[in-house]
Amino acid sequence: MMDYLWLIPLLPLMGSALNGIFGKRFPKPLISAIACGSVGASFIIAVAAVTRLLALPPVERHVIDTMFTWIASGDFVAKAEFLLDPLSAVMLLVVTGVGFLIHVYSIGYMHAEDGYYRFFAYLNLFMFSMLVLVLSANFLLMFVGWEGVGLCSYLLIGYYFDRRTAADAGKKAFIVNRIGDVGFILGILLIFATFRSLDFTAIFSNISGDPSRFPVETGFGILTAVGILLFVGATGKSAQIPLYVWLPDAMEGPTPVSALIHAATMVTAGVYMVVRCSAIFSRSPITLGVVAFIGVSTALMAATIGLVQTDIKRVLAYSTVSQLGYMFFAAGVGAFSAGIFHLVTHAFFKALLFLGAGSVIHAIGGEQDLMRMGGLRKFTPTTHATMLIAALAISGIPPFAGFFSKDEILWSAWVGGHPIVWIVGLATAGLTSFYMFRLIFLAFYGSERFPENARQHPHESPPSMTMPLIALGALSIVGGFVGVSAWMRLGPNQFEKFLEPSLEFTRTIQSANPAPGQEFIFAVISVCVASLGIYLAYRLYVVNPAASDNLARRMHAPYSLLLHKYYVDEVYDAAIVKPVVVGSREFLWRGIDVDVIDGSVNGAATMVQNAGSLLKNIQNGLVRSYATWILAGAVLILLYITLSQ
Amino acid sequence: MNIFHCLILSAALFTIGTIGVIVRKNIISIFLCIELMLNAVNLTFMAFSKYLNQVNGQVFVFFIMVVAAAEAAVGLAIAIVLHKNRKTLSVDDANLMKW
Amino acid sequence: METSLFYLLGGVALIAAIGVVALRRVFYAALSLIVCLCSLAGIYLLLDAPFIAAVQIILYAGAIMVLFLFIIMLLDPFAATAYTDKRKRLMFFGTFLGAAALVMLSSLLRSYNLARAPHELLQAPGGIGSVANFARSLFGDYLLPFEATSVLILVAIIGAVVLAKRQT
Repeated sequence: MMDYLWLIPLLPLMGSALNGIFGKRFPKPLISAIACGSVGASFIIAVAAVTRLLALPPVERHVIDTMFTWIASGDFVAKAEFLLDPLSAVMLLVVTGVGFLIHVYSIGYMHAEDGYYRFFAYLNLFMFSMLVLVLSANFLLMFVGWEGVGLCSYLLIGYYFDRRTAADAGKKAFIVNRIGDVGFILGILLIFATFRSLDFTAIFSNISGDPSRFPVETGFGILTAVGILLFVGATGKSAQIPLYVWLPDAMEGPTPVSALIHAATMVTAGVYMVVRCSAIFSRSPITLGVVAFIGVSTALMAATIGLVQTDIKRVLAYSTVSQLGYMFFAAGVGAFSAGIFHLVTHAFFKALLFLGAGSVIHAIGGEQDLMRMGGLRKFTPTTHATMLIAALAISGIPPFAGFFSKDEILWSAWVGGHPIVWIVGLATAGLTSFYMFRLIFLAFYGSERFPENARQHPHESPPSMTMPLIALGALSIVGGFVGVSAWMRLGPNQFEKFLEPSLEFTRTIQSANPAPGQEFIFAVISVCVASLGIYLAYRLYVVNPAASDNLARRMHAPYSLLLHKYYVDEVYDAAIVKPVVVGSREFLWRGIDVDVIDGSVNGAATMVQNAGSLLKNIQNGLVRSYATWILAGAVLILLYITLSQ
Repeated sequence: MNIFHCLILSAALFTIGTIGVIVRKNIISIFLCIELMLNAVNLTFMAFSKYLNQVNGQVFVFFIMVVAAAEAAVGLAIAIVLHKNRKTLSVDDANLMKW
Repeated sequence: METSLFYLLGGVALIAAIGVVALRRVFYAALSLIVCLCSLAGIYLLLDAPFIAAVQIILYAGAIMVLFLFIIMLLDPFAATAYTDKRKRLMFFGTFLGAAALVMLSSLLRSYNLARAPHELLQAPGGIGSVANFARSLFGDYLLPFEATSVLILVAIIGAVVLAKRQT
C-alpha cells in the first residue's frame, strides 16, 4: 500500500476531471457515484495505508513515496514526494473519512441544483488539493495544495455565482487568503535561503541536529522570522486575527461546503502546517507567544460575536473561528498533539453541526434566521438528536469527544505557565457552550416561529442526509477516547503517543510538574463552566424567552457592537479597501495608465501630427515660395564656400 | 577692362534676375527674369572664353541660346494653357499642389 | 576707351535689368529686356566675339523676345499687376537672399587670383571669336551636341504645338 500513496489524491482528481469535463451529460446518479466512489476509494486506501503504518515499529513510521522529480535546478531539487507518518496519517483519515460522509450528504442536499456536476467536480478537486497538502513531504508541494484548496474554496463559495453576495464572498476569501500567502511564500523563501532545501525531514533534522546553529532563540533570529512568516500564512488560511474576515462571509456557499472546507479540513490546514513545523516553532519562544496570543484572542473575540448572531450558519462560522483559535493557542503553549487532537474532534462535531444546520434549513424550506425557527424538535428528531450530541461535544461535556481535547488544551496552558491564557480559554469555553445551546434552543425548542409556506410542514431529511449525521454523531461520542489524558489513569494518552514520531524534532516545552489530582480539579472546573453556559442559555431561551430581548435592550451598546462584529469589516473597508481602490483608480489608472502611458503614446502621435502641420506649410502650392526655398539652399551652400575661403 | 568687371556684372545681373523670379507674380514676367539669368550666365562664359583664349566658352553660349529658345517656346505654350484654363496669369493662382 | 565703353554698356545693362524686375507692366518689362540684351551684345563685341554678338541680336533679341512679345500681346499686355501683394514676407526674404548672394559672390570673386595676364593669343586668323574659328569648333569638336540641339528644337516645337493646341 505504501507504494500506492499517490492513488489517494489521484482518485478524487480523476473523479473531478470526469465530472468536470463530461458531467453535463451524465445522469445525476452517475455523477454521485463517480464523486463519492472516488473519495470512498481514497478512504479505503488510506485506511489500508495507515494499517500498514501501524504495523511498523514507532520509530520507523515515516514512509516516503516519491512520484517524480519536479524541479532540479542547480542545487535546488524539489520532488513530488508523499510522506506518510503519524501526523499525516491522522489528517489523512480525517480528510478522507469526513470528506466521504459529506460527499454522501451532498447527494441529498444538492439534488435539486442545476450545477450538480459542477459542485461535485469542485468538491473532488478540493479533496485532491487537500490530500496533496497533507501528504506532501516538502514545502513546495504543500504550497501547491495550499493554493489549490484556496482556489477550490473560492470556486465553491461562489458556487451560486448568480448571487452578487456569493461572488463577492468568494473573492473576499481568495484575496484575504492571498494576503496570508505572501507571508507563507516569504517564509518558504527564507527557509530555502537558510537550509538550501525544502524537504521537511531534511530541514527538521538539520534544526534539531545542530543546536549551535539553531539554538532556542531568545531574541529575533532566523527561526523566529520563519515562524512568524509561516504563521501569517496560517492566519489567512485558518481565519485568525487579523485575516479571519472571510470565513463568516464564506457561508454564502452551500452548506456541505461550509461543513467540509470551512470547518473540518481547509481551515485546519494552518494548524497542520504549524504542527508539522513544530521543530521551528518550538525553538522560538517569541513566535510561540505570538501564536498563543493570537489564538486565544481570536477564540475569545469570535465567541463574543457568536453570542448575538441570528443566522444559524454565521453562529457556526464564528464558532469555527473560535475553535481554531483553541487549536492555535494549544500549539502556542507547546501542546502540539493536543492541538491536533482538538482538530480531529472538532472535525467531527463541527461537520456534524454544519450538516445538521443544513438539514434544518432544508427542513423549513431555506430559512436561515434563528429567530424564525423554533420547536423543530418534533419535526426533525434525528437532526435534533445528532445536533444535540454535537453541541454537548463542543461544549466540553464528558464523555463526548470535545471534553477530552478541550480539557487537554486548557490543562497544557495552565501547566505551561500561562495562567492568563488558561483563564481566557476557560471563559471562552463558557461562551461556547452558551451560544451553542442558544442555537439549539432557538432552533429546536420553544414556540414555532417559522413561516408556514404553502408547500408543506417541516420534514425530516432523506436518509442520504441523515446517515452521515448519525455517523458523525457516533464519532462525536466515541472519538474522544483515543486521546484520554494520562491523569484518568486509564493508561497513557494514546493519541499523544501515536503522534510522537512526527514530533521527534520538536523541542519539548518544559512545564511545571503538577501535583497529582490537580488535573482532575481543573477538569471539574471546566465542566462546571460549560454547564453554567448551558444553564444560562436554557434560562434565557427556553424558560423565559423575553428575558433575552430585555437583556439585549438594556445592554444596547455592547449588544450592537457584537452584532456588528466589532465593525471590523467596516474598519478594513475604510482603512484598506477604499484607499487601495481609490489609489488604483485615481493614481494607477487615471494617473499612470491614462495620463502617462496613453499620454506618451498619444503624445508621440500628436507630436508627429504637429510636426507634420508645421512642415506642411512648406507645401503651399506657391511656386514663388518654392523658388525662394531653392534660393535659400543655394545661398547656404554659397555661405559655406565663402566661409571656408 | 579685365575679367573681374565682367564677372561682377554677371553676378549682379544674375541676382537681379533671381530676385525678379521671386518677386514678380505674372508668369511671363517670371520667364523674362529667367531669360535675364540665362544671359548673365552667357556673359560669364564669354568672359572666361576671352580670358582663357579658347573658343569653347562661346560654343557653349551658343548652345545655351538654343536651349533658351526651346525653353521659351514651350514655357510660353504652358503660359497660354494656364491662361486658357485658369483665366489668370498670376502664378499664385496655380496652387493646386497646396496641402 | 574700351573700359569706358564697357562701363557704359554695363550700366545700361544693369539699369535695363532692374527695369525688367521693377516695371509693372509686362510689356514694358519685355522691352526693357530687349535693351538689356542689346547692350550685352555690345559687351560681347568688346570681348572679341563678333559671331556670338550677332547671334545674340538675331536669335535672342530678334526671335525669342519677339515670341515673348507675341504672347504678351495675346494675353493681356497692359495688365497692371499690383506690387503690394500679400506675400510681403516672401518679397522681403527673396530680396534679402539675393542681396546676400551678390555680396558673397563678389567677395568670392575678389578672393580668386584672376588679375593676371591673359594667355597668349592663339594662332587663329581673325581671333578666336571669328566666324571661321567658331564654325571650325562647332562643326568639328561639337558636331554631336549640335545635332542633338536640332533634335531638341524639334521636340520643343512638337511640345509647344501640342500644348497650345485648341481642344477639339
